[in-house]
Amino acid sequence: MNKDEIRSVVVKELGKIAPETDATSIDPDADLREELDIDSLDFLNFLTALHKRTGVNVPEPDYRKLLTLNGAIAYLADKLK
Amino acid sequence: MSGEVTYRDACREAIRDAMKRDPRVFLMGEDVGHYGGCYAVSKGLLDEFGPERIRDTPLSESGFTGLGIGAAMNGMRPIVEIMTVNFALLALDQIVNNAATIRHMSGNQFGVPLVVRMATGAGKQLAAQHSHSLEGWFAHIPGLKVLAPATLEDARGMLWTALEDPDPVLIFEHVMLYNMTGSLAAEAGAVAIDKAAIRREGKDVSLITYGGSLPKAVDAAGQLAKDGVSAEVIDLRTLRPLDDETIMASVRKTRRAVIVDEGWRSGSISAEISARILEQALWSLDAPVARVCSAEIPIPYPHHLEEAALPQVPAILAAVRGTLG
Amino acid sequence: MYRFRMPSLGADMEAGTLVEWLKHPGDPVHRGDIVAVVETDKGAIEVEIFVDGTMGRQLVPLDSKVPVGTPLAEIEGAEEEKEAKAPAPAAAVPAPATPSPKPAAAPASVQGLRASPAARKLAAQKDVDLAALKGTGPGGTIVLHDVERAAAGAKLPHRGLDLEKMRAAIAAAMARSKREIPHYYLATDIDLSAALAWLEKTNAARTPEQRLLPAVMTLKSVALAAKKYPAFNGFYDPAKGFAPAKAVHIGNAVAIRGGGLVSPAIHDCDRLTLDQLMEKLRDLVARAREGRLRSSEMSDATVTVSSLGERGVESLYGIIYPPQVAIVGFGTVTRRPIAVDEKLEIRSVVTATLAADHRVSDGHLGARFLKHMAALLQEPEKL
Repeated sequence: MNKDEIRSVVVKELGKIAPETDATSIDPDADLREELDIDSLDFLNFLTALHKRTGVNVPEPDYRKLLTLNGAIAYLADKLK
Repeated sequence: MSGEVTYRDACREAIRDAMKRDPRVFLMGEDVGHYGGCYAVSKGLLDEFGPERIRDTPLSESGFTGLGIGAAMNGMRPIVEIMTVNFALLALDQIVNNAATIRHMSGNQFGVPLVVRMATGAGKQLAAQHSHSLEGWFAHIPGLKVLAPATLEDARGMLWTALEDPDPVLIFEHVMLYNMTGSLAAEAGAVAIDKAAIRREGKDVSLITYGGSLPKAVDAAGQLAKDGVSAEVIDLRTLRPLDDETIMASVRKTRRAVIVDEGWRSGSISAEISARILEQALWSLDAPVARVCSAEIPIPYPHHLEEAALPQVPAILAAVRGTLG
Repeated sequence: MYRFRMPSLGADMEAGTLVEWLKHPGDPVHRGDIVAVVETDKGAIEVEIFVDGTMGRQLVPLDSKVPVGTPLAEIEGAEEEKEAKAPAPAAAVPAPATPSPKPAAAPASVQGLRASPAARKLAAQKDVDLAALKGTGPGGTIVLHDVERAAAGAKLPHRGLDLEKMRAAIAAAMARSKREIPHYYLATDIDLSAALAWLEKTNAARTPEQRLLPAVMTLKSVALAAKKYPAFNGFYDPAKGFAPAKAVHIGNAVAIRGGGLVSPAIHDCDRLTLDQLMEKLRDLVARAREGRLRSSEMSDATVTVSSLGERGVESLYGIIYPPQVAIVGFGTVTRRPIAVDEKLEIRSVVTATLAADHRVSDGHLGARFLKHMAALLQEPEKL
């Protein structure tokens, strides 16, 4: 997957969790939990979806690296090289 | 000139201005001199410029168009006036097989910087043989430029740009526009001849038209606005080359297109525009492209039948509503 | 018998039209005589004969177009060449008539769904099901606007939920609670280090879809404590007094995006494994946010748990949902300095609170309830 595809997957999955927000206007460096008002269950659902879509299994210690949009994209890009 | 003038006045002023600026320019055609022009466009010009530069020709379109081609090839800048597009059929070989091809066939050794002005269209009860709108036909031919001024500014300004063009340009003046009045800026001058113009902005439907149909489209847009439908009116201004960019930008915005063309729909400029919209803007469309054209019959002589045969505002309104659902 | 045939008069000639006979039956013919005129694409061509003989029967009517090689006349007195001089037989396959393009298929009934190109494109992008839409375009065609509306509608959080109504119901319940229930409040800090360490170890070996959240441990601890201390698990009716519930159905407060709150019940919470609890939690939260809860979930809670999650503050003091008699609150887990065996350490600590109905229990019992919860959470593997 290239970075554009990753971004597209991430934005889509965030859109499913927070459907009423315009996923395309997220501040890419803001904490997603604040930006989208999502809780730990939402976040886990998000990671579950990413695992399903990309095959990347994010261990708990790495959660904090995916707390921003850019962070999530960069993390996945790195794992999918 | 300025103030309240007619389209005819603007055409005349364009010729005067060109004649004054460039001594290579001359006008020739049937009755352009002593009679002052069939539609009075060249009235007074013979007195002003003399018989060398305002030349009455014999009744031979093929002959004097060929003359014009030869003069253009030899360094002159002739304006050939063919009384109406109906008679241009007699000069078709000259226009299509000589004027349009000579640069190509001579390997760029010769060009034909010719301007041909013709009246076109119906509405004066001149019946089947004298009511054609064949500008769409000429727009089929590579090597020609085809203009259709529909406003005073364009009637005033397109001629000079056409005369400066090194290749043949045909200018079609709709017979029903000659008496159109309006105001023209004193400094009105040459205008571009390769772009369409948005005469009225809108967002629900694109009304695409040219020449004598422009006032009807504008009228229709006004009526549609009262019903809450915002129509964008595009004046093509030039039929060859077509301004795809302006057309597609509009259709992508409105998602609906209605083309108003006084030619018959079969193989017409409206058909060409439809094909281009299909090619370039299909994914933006919310409805099939609609066309409002003349009825597919030779144009009738009786007034009421002639009116019924030509595109009119009610048909434009109906076509627009058909795209809205 | 010699047969005079339609000659090939050009490399690309396939057929010709016999337009004139210049020799008639009975006329003598000599080699080199012109006997017929044939019309081809290139014009009328006079055709010679190359044998001597007498013109015999003419085989082809005038003005008929025939393929090259077709016998046109018999020449008597002359012989056919032994070797097949005849050019390629009339196998000139007539060019198949290109079928005229079918007229555009009638819309709707033949093609199925009638949607404009613009609508189809957007529907694909936004994952909108066109079949579910009603079209407002010409002839009922689904147009862009219809898809835009559907896509926007799907984003609204309250499909199936009426947030205003919900808020009104919450307001009524909370006001009644504060009016009628004499609340008392207790709080305790619980060291979650052991629990979180166990969780991390457990989750490390699992993929995200199987992982557990800390919430299931706290829920389970409340459930087990409620089982042990029935004074906090049941319903109070002013006329009849307190009725302890037979089962422990924990109402888990779920925040709805857009400002709603609902506490659906997880049935028999004390008897579920952590994995089962996680599964239920996921399902319940998803359905709560879509407004698809079942009536039993809405009415069966015997005690409620509310927590602030990761981004809240240290403690939460809840308001009891009547006719329940207790509500347990969990603040945000924070890293705090605490004394452990005479030493200062930084530990993950959560403040757990209990709000309880003083008509049913008192602080002493409440404290034991909370202490039991805290103890349970020190042995996470037993939860």
